[in-house]
Amino acid sequence: MTILARLTEKSWEPGAQPVERERPSAGTVGTLAYFGVATVMFTLLVAAYLMRMGLHGGGDHVHDWKPMPDPPLLWINTLVLIASSLAWEGARRTHRGGAAIMGAALGMVFLAGQLLLWRHYQAAGYYLSANPANAFFYLLTALHGLHLMGGLVAAGRALAAANMRNIALCALYWHFLLIVWLVLAVLLLST
Amino acid sequence: MPVAVAIAMLVIGSVAFHLFSPWWRTPIASNWGSIDSALDVTLWICAAAFVGLNLFLAWALVKYRHRPEYRGLGYKAHYEPENPSLEKRLTLWTAIGIAGMLAPGLAAWGKYVSVPKDATVIEAVGQQWQWSFRYPGPDGVLGAAGVKFITPDNGLGLDPLDPYGRDDLVVEGGDLHLAVGKPVKIVLRSKDVLHDFYVPEFRAKMDMVPGIVTYFWLTPIRTGTFDILCAELCGTGHHAMRGKVVVDTPRAFAAWQAQQTSFNQILAEAPPAAMSILILKANACSTPTSWSIR
Amino acid sequence: MATTLADDLRPLHHPHSWVTKYVWSQDHKVIAIQYSCTAIGIGLVALVLSALMRLQLGFPGAFPAIQPDNYLQFVSMHGMIMVVYLLTALLLGGFGNYLIPLMIGARDMVFPFVNMLSYWFYLLSVIVLVAGFFVPGGPTGAGWTLYPPQAISEGTPGHQWGIVTMLVSLAIFVAAFTMGGLNYVTTVLQARTRGMTLMRMPLSVWGIFTASVMGLLAFPALFVAAIMMLFDHLAGTSFFMPTMQSMGAITPTQGGSPLLFQHLFWFFGHPEVYIVALPAFGIVSDLISVHARRNIFGYRMMVWAIVIIGALSFLVWAHHMYVSGMNPYFGFFFATSTLIIAIPTAIKVYNWLLTLWRGDIHLRVPMLFAIAFIFTFIHGGLSGLFLGNVSVDVPLSDTFFVVAHFHMVMGVSPILVIFGAIYHWYPKIFGRMWNDSLGKMHFWITFIGVYAIFLPMHYLGILGVPRRYYALGQADFIPPSVHLANEWISIAALIVFCAQGLFFYNMIWSLFRGPKADPNPWGAASLEWQTPDTPPAHGNWGPHLPTVYRWAYDYSVPGAPRDFIPQTEPREPEPRA
Repeated sequence: MTILARLTEKSWEPGAQPVERERPSAGTVGTLAYFGVATVMFTLLVAAYLMRMGLHGGGDHVHDWKPMPDPPLLWINTLVLIASSLAWEGARRTHRGGAAIMGAALGMVFLAGQLLLWRHYQAAGYYLSANPANAFFYLLTALHGLHLMGGLVAAGRALAAANMRNIALCALYWHFLLIVWLVLAVLLLST
Repeated sequence: MPVAVAIAMLVIGSVAFHLFSPWWRTPIASNWGSIDSALDVTLWICAAAFVGLNLFLAWALVKYRHRPEYRGLGYKAHYEPENPSLEKRLTLWTAIGIAGMLAPGLAAWGKYVSVPKDATVIEAVGQQWQWSFRYPGPDGVLGAAGVKFITPDNGLGLDPLDPYGRDDLVVEGGDLHLAVGKPVKIVLRSKDVLHDFYVPEFRAKMDMVPGIVTYFWLTPIRTGTFDILCAELCGTGHHAMRGKVVVDTPRAFAAWQAQQTSFNQILAEAPPAAMSILILKANACSTPTSWSIR
Repeated sequence: MATTLADDLRPLHHPHSWVTKYVWSQDHKVIAIQYSCTAIGIGLVALVLSALMRLQLGFPGAFPAIQPDNYLQFVSMHGMIMVVYLLTALLLGGFGNYLIPLMIGARDMVFPFVNMLSYWFYLLSVIVLVAGFFVPGGPTGAGWTLYPPQAISEGTPGHQWGIVTMLVSLAIFVAAFTMGGLNYVTTVLQARTRGMTLMRMPLSVWGIFTASVMGLLAFPALFVAAIMMLFDHLAGTSFFMPTMQSMGAITPTQGGSPLLFQHLFWFFGHPEVYIVALPAFGIVSDLISVHARRNIFGYRMMVWAIVIIGALSFLVWAHHMYVSGMNPYFGFFFATSTLIIAIPTAIKVYNWLLTLWRGDIHLRVPMLFAIAFIFTFIHGGLSGLFLGNVSVDVPLSDTFFVVAHFHMVMGVSPILVIFGAIYHWYPKIFGRMWNDSLGKMHFWITFIGVYAIFLPMHYLGILGVPRRYYALGQADFIPPSVHLANEWISIAALIVFCAQGLFFYNMIWSLFRGPKADPNPWGAASLEWQTPDTPPAHGNWGPHLPTVYRWAYDYSVPGAPRDFIPQTEPREPEPRA
């Protein structure tokens, strides 16, 4: 039954009792719903980024936006996160805990890389309050990193319980964070 | 039963309150009669809906109240899950009512956002908790200005290097004067936080936003003195941020304008030390908040 | 990866001690009561603040303890508490938690532990909020909209610490809400019992479900705005802070956009209005249907209207910003989208009225509140058309008309529904009945009182009296009669304020002394009244989950022996052709 058919059901009419269908697990539904929340949050931040840059704000803004340079570390971190996501995908398909541990470890490497990136920028004088471009960079990477940390906690619990269903959910979550990161990286690199 | 009576009484009471209460729009003093008529149209459509729907509610409560004595007769509520054609008709009529009030509203807004070509520019500047004004002077152009240029002698932050600004008339903390019958575009700036330039008799209002220049326009249609209020919460003194706008005859307006101080005069009277601060600020590597406005 | 429904679907977390049963409880019913009590508690604080505001407005100068700073702090805290910490928390955290599992035939929320965390985060956010009253400088006085730059600059009360506690508290609240909201949405989608199709759910569930989805998508905007403002305030960034003068000096910030905050705030703020309204719409539909002994008229249209209103409400946010200095051409779009929302909303009103029409209306206390809601909602909804109709909004914005409108439509109306709902479900929740005379007295004073408060305010607004003014002072356009009106309004407000004592007395007294309630005192068909125990025990349904055979509105069905048929009653076998 399509969603449209379900929403136009005349439920007061006597009809056949609906057939019980298989439903996705609560964890899957909840995770997908959370993707909605996180998508809105990052989308709004990107919109705010563009508006603050002046693409959207009209001509009266002071043009104070100085983009940050793109160090090679940014590319390396991106590759690490892609590798991490691939490892999780492997764990999902082969049901092997080892691949999942690999994925989680690479996630931690990514976080460490992001910290290094922060220090690199700090050393080069790109402080948080110096420019809105810097402020957005730190804010976006911090929120993304926090999401990844939450994922690591969930991954730790799933691995401890050797729960394959939750490991599959972790893989899904990792892919989502990878997509978010790629969008953010394109935004940071192209502006 | 009492609740039905109460609803009917509240409807009648509301209509009576509308007719007899002493509080209604202040007599209009600008060209924005179109806003008042849009409000009237909205009011009549809404009032009809309010009276009709609530009287239907009161009637239904009386007519279909539970009567235990009917129980024995087998009375039951009517069973009818839905009635699509009735619902469609109601939707259509609602849409017509909505369109009927939206049209004059949008038409008035269309006028509100298009400033006539012959409007003179006057600037109003808000700060906690006081109003200041600036007139373009003989050249008809407001010079560039920005918060960065502010010094004790240059309270509105005019750019001293902009030749357009030299003849601007500066009215700090005084009354705003307008000539009756002349359209004016009022451009708005704020030195600190959000404010809102609001004169009830003009109907028009607009926020002042630090960092950008906002505007609205009007044509005063009668002479008199009116209160300027701040309509955007701007801190402790919000309620006390008052000013006066005086709508003069063109002759009185010209006479008043002739007595005002221009930026040139302010510069000429400034002591040398103050002058050097002023120029120093102007040379600072920064862009003004607003460019010259014609 | 997939599960089917089974009676022993999930091993329930069974509490073993008093502490795990009533404090660290994972039972949705206990969490609902915890949420409700906390929300009502903090709501009482906001109610006291409103009484203090009315004292100042009605009798300016008579209370020297209320200074302009205090007044603005009362305004700000009253607004934020009522909208977020009372209405949102009570309708979703309270009623959502209690009703969803019972109405769809689930044993509990699908993530009971997360549900418990949600409550404790909410409690933490309330504690941080209350801490704002005790920090140096007091709570923020920037208005509930918290507009920068004033919220964090000199000249506004609480701009140093009050605003920090407020923003931190909001961020925690958003986290709490997200945990709760994910639970409500997932439970509705995933844990409905056998036979409970989407269109057999009561409208209460539809309203709460849609509002939860909206909350999940709208609260991130508030979260982002709060975090960015915290950065501006504590780390010196310039997201929202322009070059400006503060205390005679130029601030180091530059180029920030105050309008960016307003867009973010209202992207949350407008859906928030419907996050409060939609559960109220749903609940009131059920109250009207049960007490009029008639199915809710046009059920499908009611469901679609809820969903359409929810979706459209994300396209109207800038109608709060017609005179904010944003690009004025946006006004055309937002006025049109705003007035279009009025159509599905009007359909809901018609269908409530058409449910009463040809009904068998029992005027019990919950029904009285539902009827009062229809009246105040029609009034508040119509006054909203003035403000949505862009050019009409120009003279009315930031006047008492706005105050009157939003109090009528999202203050008084949802509160009347909440009262009605508490009276309606109280016998199920506590197994006892309240006192009818006290309930009626409470109803009459509240209903007539609030109308006396807010009707005149519309007219003060049309006259041009601005809102958020500590004192009106002298102005030529304000006649002395306005001060008189303010006095009457304050007196009416204080009477309504005191009358709430009747409600609390009734509820608390009945908890211990009320007569034992019948399991289904109103003869309602929906599932929550069919539990084996009253109040429902942990796990709700005894050994077997119920099976649903019909929609929730089989009232006065022709030929049926009684005037309602519970959802659990099987249909007569159809004669085979």
